[in-house]
Amino acid sequence: MAIDISQFYPVFFEETKEHLAEMEHKLLLLSVGNPDYDQMNAIFRAAHSIKGGSATFGFDDIASVTHVLESLLDKLRKKELVLQTEMIDVFLDATDVIKEQLNCHIKGISSDPAPAAAISKKLLSLVENTDKTAPKKLAETEADDGFGFFDDDISLFNVAKASATDDDFGLFEPINVAVKKSKISKNIKKPLVVAAKKTTTHSVSASTPIVEPLIGRRTTDRIDSEATTIRVDVDKVDKLINLVGELVITQAMLTQGLNNAPPALLQALNSSLAQLERNTRDLQEAIMSIRMMPISFVFSRFPRMVRDLTLKLNKEVELITIGEDTELDKGLIERIADPLTHLVRNSLDHGIESPQVRKAAGKPAKGKVTLSAMHQGGSIVIQVNDDGAGLNRERILSKAKERGINVPASITDDELWNVISEPGFSTAESVTDVSGRGVGMDIVNRNISEMGGQISVNTIAGQGCKVTILLPLTLAILDGMTVSLGENLFVIPLNSIIETLQPKIENLKSVAGEGAMVQTRDEYLPIITMHKAFNIETKVTDPTRGMLVIVEAHGKKAALLFDDLVGQQQVVIKSLETNFRKVNGISGATILGDGTVALIVDVPTMMKLGQTSTGNKESAIKN
Amino acid sequence: MQQNQRINNEGTGQSGGEYLTFTLGSEEYGIEILKVQEIRSYETVTKIANTPDFIKGVINLRGNIVPIVDLRMRFKLSNAAYNDTTVVIILNLSNRTLGIVVDSVSDVLQLTNAQISPVPELVSNIDTKYLLGLGTVNDSMLILVDIEQLMSSQEMALMDATGLEAA
Repeated sequence: MAIDISQFYPVFFEETKEHLAEMEHKLLLLSVGNPDYDQMNAIFRAAHSIKGGSATFGFDDIASVTHVLESLLDKLRKKELVLQTEMIDVFLDATDVIKEQLNCHIKGISSDPAPAAAISKKLLSLVENTDKTAPKKLAETEADDGFGFFDDDISLFNVAKASATDDDFGLFEPINVAVKKSKISKNIKKPLVVAAKKTTTHSVSASTPIVEPLIGRRTTDRIDSEATTIRVDVDKVDKLINLVGELVITQAMLTQGLNNAPPALLQALNSSLAQLERNTRDLQEAIMSIRMMPISFVFSRFPRMVRDLTLKLNKEVELITIGEDTELDKGLIERIADPLTHLVRNSLDHGIESPQVRKAAGKPAKGKVTLSAMHQGGSIVIQVNDDGAGLNRERILSKAKERGINVPASITDDELWNVISEPGFSTAESVTDVSGRGVGMDIVNRNISEMGGQISVNTIAGQGCKVTILLPLTLAILDGMTVSLGENLFVIPLNSIIETLQPKIENLKSVAGEGAMVQTRDEYLPIITMHKAFNIETKVTDPTRGMLVIVEAHGKKAALLFDDLVGQQQVVIKSLETNFRKVNGISGATILGDGTVALIVDVPTMMKLGQTSTGNKESAIKN
Repeated sequence: MQQNQRINNEGTGQSGGEYLTFTLGSEEYGIEILKVQEIRSYETVTKIANTPDFIKGVINLRGNIVPIVDLRMRFKLSNAAYNDTTVVIILNLSNRTLGIVVDSVSDVLQLTNAQISPVPELVSNIDTKYLLGLGTVNDSMLILVDIEQLMSSQEMALMDATGLEAA
């Protein structure tokens, strides 16, 4: 059976990553005093699957580490050993080592054996401890359960079986039993690498006849999990999304084109057209949902990070995650991870105080960091909330002055955020490996605005800081307001629009003869004249005859002057940069129902552009 | 493949091959046929603000947003009218798609190296570095444009500066 098993490597890598993530996640959930044995079993199964897979594919380094790990886990789940905190630490280290080994295999390089040997030794020492404490019990288990700890030491057949589900190894037991008894005592005291080697050679002679049933078995075992999910290349999904986007447009064209058809024909086609519209919309929604993933993919990395960081920083922090099932676009999931990591690190390092300080301030010694995600209208709201010291206004302001940034004392929280997210801005006295270089918040701001999201900050000195990120549901579709300007149509993202209005002459004000403003709801908002900004000819130059679209970005508002409102619709976002380049004030393009292209207004940069041209008060703060 | 051919051309100074010829005003131009994706009639474009006037805007090419450059304006020809024969040549240049507006498309011609002569230093709106050479066909002159060089040049502002560095 000459099968090139390397073709299955990517699947193994993916699966192993998932198993490792699951192990880590579950390990962090384990409580030392009262471990949940279901969880323990799940951890064991994950380890077992990794071992099985890695041995099948010949990644012996991974197999050997997981093997020792699995041995210890097996004892734990059988209550032969009491869980201790240090074990969890060692287990977590072990997952790190395996992760590293896995990365090496993915890159096709050989891993450094030193950490693997070290962790194996550590794990083995834990196993040996058990050996002394509960030797009798061990013997018992071996007798009543074919799948004891020892089988695995001896035979790689078990290893090769990637069953993640059960204890019954039926098929292989006879072979194991034959060798088992004699080797028990020898193997257990030896470093594992040797043991693994021995088993490999040992198994070769006997393995050939068994291979076939083994593979057959493997597949049946796996059917359950693979029947419910399939792995698909993201490119394929994206292509589908693109195609269905086209379909929606074609459908709209059809509807529009038939408006001029003779009434009799129109009547005949009307119901089928309506059905077509419904079907395309359902299809579009269904395809879009393929790309949706629960945010727990991102959140799950934080418990570990918080644990490691709190140890390093000598702080006590409890991490609470809410709304892990909230689904958002895969593209967003990938890109939100980095900003969130920075925010959580920031909360831990700068936000949460040391236990002493907290006690002195009358707060519980254990700090609290809450990560939450939820749907709100057409957006996702992600919040990072800590009950730490909050942003230190004085320090930020004095640091800002040092750096020559002009900041008024009465700065709002959001403006304070703009200051800290200046590149290179940091209030930390020293650069540590946790934070202090002043790049973090800059990255956060940039990533979020690239995703079309918005950030706002609420901070109360001594009580904590709350960072709220507002993201669109997906990167591919946008709820937009279509507006006209001369002969052109533009789309403004609906989530940045507050209201639209046609101003009365008495509400229009100017400062020093220039810089037009509109007064609305007791606010003075700068008017950005779009036909000037975009250099487009239009008959509507008088704001009272045009339409003001009040938009908000980064906590600031402005009024964009367009000719008229056309309508509201969902549009498929297309990149201008694929064939062209970035255009200031434009975030992308879309194709309208009649097949023409409309540009999507990039509200934040538009406001910046408007400010530099009108030179109002807010730009003075920025510069 | 296209890339290779260009390297070959540069290496030997030879530019023989098949050319798509088109007219701009009274002049006859030619571009390598391998760079051409399709030929379309001129349709309304969506203008893009604050771009040079020879960038007409973008069109929807079967779901892709494709920029359109009016080559007549780029070459500063006085009369850039849009009528029935005005066509758009869609080009495929280093994985980018773009369209150029020309007065009309004439022919596809096979040129041998002997038919191509180097470009003299002349007073022109186009830098001679964007020209492959001058072709002679039936006593008329064909201006062979290195369309890839021309379109990726900085002054065309068709790509991001960063994109140029990467390329």
